[in-house]
Amino acid sequence: MSAISDLGRRWIASGSLASSAPLVVPMALVVTFAITSVFVLAAGADPFDAFYRFLIAPLTSPVTALEVLVSATPILLTGAAVAIAFRAGYYNIGAEGQLLAGAIAAAGLGTVVGGLPSILALPILVAGGAIAGATWALLPALLRVRSGIDEVVTTLLLNPVALLLVNALLNGPWRDPETGFPESAPIAASAEFPQLIERSRVHLGLILALAIIGVTWFVITRTSVGLKLRAVGSNPRAATFAGLDVNGTLLRAALVSGAIAGIAGVSEVAGIQDRLTGGLSAGAGYTGIVVATLGGLTMPGVAAAGLLLGDLRVGAGSAARALDIPSQVGEIVQATLLLVTIGAVAIIARRRARQGTA
Amino acid sequence: MEAPLPPAVDVPLPPAVELRGITKRFGPLLANDAIDLAVQRGEIHALLGENGAGKTTLMRILYGLTHPDGGQILVDGRPVAIRSPRDAIAAGVGMVTQHFSLVRPMTVAENLALGRGSGLRLDLGEATEAAAAASDRLGMRIQPGARVDSLSIGEQQRVEVVKALARDCRVLILDEPTAVLVPQEIEALTAALRRLASQGMAIVFISHKLREVLELTDRVTVLRHGRVEGSAATATVDERTLAELMVGRPILGQERAAVAEANPTSGGAVLEVHALDATGSNGLPAVRGVSLKVRPGEILGVAGVSGNGQTELAEVLCGMRPRAGGAVRVGGVELGGGSVPEVIRAGVGRIGEDRHASVVGDLSVAHNLVLERIDDYRKGGVLDERAIQRHAASLIERFAIRAAPKAPVRTLSGGNIQKVLLARVLSREPRVLIVSQPTRGLDVGATEYVRAQLDAARARGAGVLLISEDLDELLALSDRIVVMYEGLVVGEMDAAGADRGRLGLLMAGRGGGDPSADASTGQAA
Repeated sequence: MSAISDLGRRWIASGSLASSAPLVVPMALVVTFAITSVFVLAAGADPFDAFYRFLIAPLTSPVTALEVLVSATPILLTGAAVAIAFRAGYYNIGAEGQLLAGAIAAAGLGTVVGGLPSILALPILVAGGAIAGATWALLPALLRVRSGIDEVVTTLLLNPVALLLVNALLNGPWRDPETGFPESAPIAASAEFPQLIERSRVHLGLILALAIIGVTWFVITRTSVGLKLRAVGSNPRAATFAGLDVNGTLLRAALVSGAIAGIAGVSEVAGIQDRLTGGLSAGAGYTGIVVATLGGLTMPGVAAAGLLLGDLRVGAGSAARALDIPSQVGEIVQATLLLVTIGAVAIIARRRARQGTA
Repeated sequence: MEAPLPPAVDVPLPPAVELRGITKRFGPLLANDAIDLAVQRGEIHALLGENGAGKTTLMRILYGLTHPDGGQILVDGRPVAIRSPRDAIAAGVGMVTQHFSLVRPMTVAENLALGRGSGLRLDLGEATEAAAAASDRLGMRIQPGARVDSLSIGEQQRVEVVKALARDCRVLILDEPTAVLVPQEIEALTAALRRLASQGMAIVFISHKLREVLELTDRVTVLRHGRVEGSAATATVDERTLAELMVGRPILGQERAAVAEANPTSGGAVLEVHALDATGSNGLPAVRGVSLKVRPGEILGVAGVSGNGQTELAEVLCGMRPRAGGAVRVGGVELGGGSVPEVIRAGVGRIGEDRHASVVGDLSVAHNLVLERIDDYRKGGVLDERAIQRHAASLIERFAIRAAPKAPVRTLSGGNIQKVLLARVLSREPRVLIVSQPTRGLDVGATEYVRAQLDAARARGAGVLLISEDLDELLALSDRIVVMYEGLVVGEMDAAGADRGRLGLLMAGRGGGDPSADASTGQAA
């Protein structure tokens, strides 16, 4: 396991991803189209029609275009969370669990801040979610820096634990007393994220996501903390040799990553669901890994990839309805796009390495 | 041509394996330069040379792990194409590398069964039998049912040998097999190899330990700088001859340049190492009670065949390895834990042995130049990029680095990377410099430049500890030289009148004179 992840780490951290992704993703889209046509055809639909609906159709009407932004909001956040950890060389696969921890905190806090005005209630929710996400990320991070235990495994394994915790709450103490559904009681109105645009579901979470991406971009590229983080992530031995605090950097990156993923959970609770539900995440934590990787672990890349996958998520839903194909085809497209992109970047990196030694 | 007869005494059989004109180039470095080597059946053939002499590259080529740029391989007189270890195994070549390729949670028999047989069938019975047969041939006991991770390093090595035997190899390569073993295990291995040779196995024994080579082998070939420096029946050579072949004769024009103005001042030491102990990565003591003094304006060279504790000594002094005992004083002030920031703050500049582990390849030249002092280049939390670029521009000019400030360091040549490191360290005017293998793998021009910079640092009054496997370099640059052997300082001499033969013997673990006198010199240093 660790040998495999080491291999992945070497090229992910090699920087080739960061420098070549912008060029590669459009090419990868074409290849992905060719490969996934097989599945679309097997589902009995015309590939061109299907891909029009996947990628273009959602942008043709204002209603669906705004829905793309709604769909992109959580994955912009988880993408940023994953990217900052990966840049530090900490392979946090646990954004899903950290998101759920943030969502639990938001749903809990949201029911008790009813007496407070939004100006106080919203920061409390966001801070509470961030702390919850960071807390969920703490144990694997400590195990990594104290005992060298591979975080890929531990962060991943905590994801189902968080989901089980959500289900335990929803089937136990938090079950909606009125309807009896496995959903928590709605949060107070003052704790709900305000709508940004009339007659759409676009909410404050989008602003929050873009702001966090902007701040993270500034920190990584312009500050001393960011330079240390890049050095540690790219060559920990050299960073150690230069006297940088490698373990401290890893720990801080892991906690910040967990906090941002936690905020994604807050955003889904306070912006969309108004309560804790079992299917609230819709895999946003895992999609964050795709977003971060496609975005080359850079924040502008995360923004672009987040919007692209938001588009795909909306498109897959409508294509499924319109063409009567399984909605999983959208997931196949997403997964294929990731694999093709990674493959292309790996080929470029190898070719570059070969030229470098020649 | 006659049909080959069963091995009779006087029939000249072709060598079991023969290499002709093997050449391999890594960038500017010629690792193997038209090497010829023939190993007979039943012969233990030593391949002797310092680190970087090209021994391992040559054997990797024979085992199909590296592809040569030129040359030919013959097995039993027939040319063979070896493009992968699979080809090598098919040709009857087996190799035991320094790092074992065993699956640790599996048993010995399971490891042997891997890569044997065909298809999906797993025949553990057959593997167990093969293990027993190979144990017999070796005269060593192997338990087929033992899990590999419960075995000692020596036993694991035995399993590797058995693995090769079970694949019917007729040529067995062992890459520094004794480096990882304790003395008793070395004895057992030696006995097993003699037994194999008596059964007709051709054995290539890579080493840089003269004593073992003289005791064990029938024939010895010495490599130096990628060339065959000499080859002879072991019985006809002595340690001194081998040591000289291995470390080379004095090269004209490379003798020390300018000592005149920068004579070591007689004052106190700027770096004092007292009774230093350190443990190696394998958990064994690597540095044992080393005491050294480096005065301002002096270069103290540390000679030794690699693997005798110099690397660990340098790592401790650079803050990269904890001390197991002893004390380090810089400018009279004792270092506490000796972490990297503490060492840097004390005024120690460090050039590490592996330059790629000292720079971050993805970061720019400018950022690598400030890596040890990022916090001096920020306003609030924000990087002062203008100051960083100015700093880089001035160092690029001063140290003749051929690169733009914004170029990622991974795009630079080895020589330019070393200049970046020199610039990073020397621009802080350290009073102590710890330098390991500063010119390894560099071309002539870069080598000269690096040496001139070290000389200049000495002239400026820095105390320099220079650890190098290149004896020419040590003799050219140092004022004094100490020799390390098995973690101990076994000798010290002035570089000016140093006798290469004596140095070579000290490096090989033969004190030349009275060993206790050598040890006491080390203590008094």
